[in-house]
Amino acid sequence: MNPSVSSLGKDLVGLEDLSGDQIISILDTAEPFKEISERRIKKVPVLRGKTIVNLFFEASTRTRVSFEFAEKRLSADTVNIAASGSSVVKGETLVDTARNLEAMRIDMVVMRHGSSGAARFLAERIPSSVINAGDGQHEHPTQALLDLLTIRDHMGRIEGLRVCIVGDVLHSRVARSNIYGLLKLGAEVAVCGPPTLMPPAIQELGVTAFTRIEEAIEWAGVLNVLRLQLERMHGGFVPSLREYNRIWGVSSQRLAAAPRDVLVLHPGPMNRGVEIDSDVADGPHSVILNQVTNGVAIRMAVLYLLAGGRQESAEAAKQGGEA
Amino acid sequence: MSEKLLLKGGRVLDPSQDLDGVRDILLADGMVAALGEQIDAPEDTRIIDCAGLLVTPGLIDVHVHLREPGGEHKETIASGARAAAAGGFTAVCAMPNTDPAMDDPASVGFVAAEGRRAQAARVYPVGCISVGRSGERLAPVGEMVDAGAVAITDDGSPVTNSLLMRLALEYAQSFGIPVADHPEDLSLSPSGQMNEGLVATRLGLKGKPNAMEDIHILRDIMLAELTGGHLHLQHVSTRFGVESIRQAKSRGVHVTAEASPHHLVLTEDAVDGYRTEAKMNPPLRAQTDVDAVRAGLADGALDIIATDHAPHHYDEKEAAFEDAPNGIVGLETAVGIVLTRVVNEGVIDLATMVERMSCQPARAFGLPGGTLAEGSVGDVSVLDLDAQWTVDAAAFLSKSRNTPFAGWVLQGAPVRTIVGGKTVWEAAREDVREDAT
Repeated sequence: MNPSVSSLGKDLVGLEDLSGDQIISILDTAEPFKEISERRIKKVPVLRGKTIVNLFFEASTRTRVSFEFAEKRLSADTVNIAASGSSVVKGETLVDTARNLEAMRIDMVVMRHGSSGAARFLAERIPSSVINAGDGQHEHPTQALLDLLTIRDHMGRIEGLRVCIVGDVLHSRVARSNIYGLLKLGAEVAVCGPPTLMPPAIQELGVTAFTRIEEAIEWAGVLNVLRLQLERMHGGFVPSLREYNRIWGVSSQRLAAAPRDVLVLHPGPMNRGVEIDSDVADGPHSVILNQVTNGVAIRMAVLYLLAGGRQESAEAAKQGGEA
Repeated sequence: MSEKLLLKGGRVLDPSQDLDGVRDILLADGMVAALGEQIDAPEDTRIIDCAGLLVTPGLIDVHVHLREPGGEHKETIASGARAAAAGGFTAVCAMPNTDPAMDDPASVGFVAAEGRRAQAARVYPVGCISVGRSGERLAPVGEMVDAGAVAITDDGSPVTNSLLMRLALEYAQSFGIPVADHPEDLSLSPSGQMNEGLVATRLGLKGKPNAMEDIHILRDIMLAELTGGHLHLQHVSTRFGVESIRQAKSRGVHVTAEASPHHLVLTEDAVDGYRTEAKMNPPLRAQTDVDAVRAGLADGALDIIATDHAPHHYDEKEAAFEDAPNGIVGLETAVGIVLTRVVNEGVIDLATMVERMSCQPARAFGLPGGTLAEGSVGDVSVLDLDAQWTVDAAAFLSKSRNTPFAGWVLQGAPVRTIVGGKTVWEAAREDVREDAT
């Protein structure tokens, strides 16, 4: 495999940079990879001999573990570097970290960083492939891809669906990546939440904005419910978590009033009883654990494609050959 | 004792005397000794052929950061004064947000002395408004003025406390100096990174709304109106800010204001792709704001073009966007940018450019110069309006390279800078004149 011929380009920084066809090709590539995780021996030699560094400047459990499983199930050699924001002087260290990693001749870096634009910054400075595992409030492309895959699994399509992203859109990289991905695949997209948590000029991206959750639920076929971080209350964006739940929380009563069955996603980790009620999270509308399962397949697909694999060869690759 | 200079046959453009015509200028003893249509060279006179060149009163930049003391890896007073001269400026006003801050006569005197030692553009120190730039109590303004300060400011930070701003505007009247403010209501977006709007939303960067600047400009105007003091508003970037200043002037408020070259020609789009070389404060704004700043420059709502020259080491700008510092260098691109993208686009004429870059700065800050009248200081800028050149940051005399204009092709460049009757900088001929063909 040769990354210079990757159908995605060298890096995956964000979905804003991809075409609809490229996004569909990632989703289609993930399909055959789903099955690997269901085997008794969950390993294929697709990325044998590839070296991948998981560079996490911010705490992460779900995303980091998901990437690590994806890498290991494709037989890559992986190294994890966890640098907490407090122990690393940001910025300058990022340049030096990049140069040092490069000097060790690696193939890919999966990076999460607290600064928007950090993934692009790294990608522009090293020849290795860079996969953005979340940069500040900018993008989290693999999360949006796994959301898209989960929606497609359950609804059979993306095009023409009405998807509403609910909650703290202002601070959410998941929201931005979802908006780009959904729009490129032909969905109608809305956002809903307190106006204090809506980014300025968000409608100019081509989305509808609701300020009442009841309106959003009436409109939407799919809700993607974002986590409300506790510090937003301390920052004064919302007066209290109780009030947030009362006004914007996704509850079974509200879903029962919807004109149609609504699919409910959540990128995790959930605040039960704040943005989503437990009976919704654990109920028939929820596909939250399917998202987690799909996360591994999506990340395998991204790793495979960036390493130069072809979508049409993915089925053969997982049977044992290197792509 | 010193050599005399005769600038022969240049197009002398001096709005202070309503003069635009081919003249000779004789400089002797640091002063303009004579200005006339045909001056014969006295003995010991070096004749400089200025035919085909524009000769103006020395350009003055009232807003530069020379970083010394404390930031000598970015710029020194000497390197900044040389960069100024290479940019066609004969004088600059050095902001006091150094480390330590210039808040006492000793530090002000140090900057003035280092400026003289540089033997390039004149360096006028600006002192702090408050001790330590902490925004709490008034710095020793009178002593700083005695040591050479020509204005006071806490630039880099706004004066948040309205009482302190009132006191400064009152107290400074004893010394006839302006109180310069960096207008920004920080509480509205303490960690804002760029202009608030679609680009910031797309990039996931915290925005700074125009209102941050507008609120503070209005407050400052009200305090200037209350006190009768001379308010100088720095780097105005918003449409409402420009309009507020225009209205204040029509009411007779003593306010002067700056426009920076970058706010005249760039919008927030320059930041897209997380370009840290376009990160500055106030941020690059929307096209409607750029249009308003240009209109304000034309009708005089904005009196002065000032660069806000803000050098940063490449290590500091080579960072994720929110970790990079604000500011760009401006001394060595200002003339070319203003000529190419403001004058040649018809926003202002050449005389207005000289007014905004020489006469008004001298008047507002009470500095020598801003005129070539006989008996005035011998500070002269000579520009070649036909020179075509490409901005090459590596060639800057500044120690820093942080410019969003790298690679821009510009028309019009300084060719000689004369301070006190002496040439302190001269373009290498191959730099400019051969490019012109």
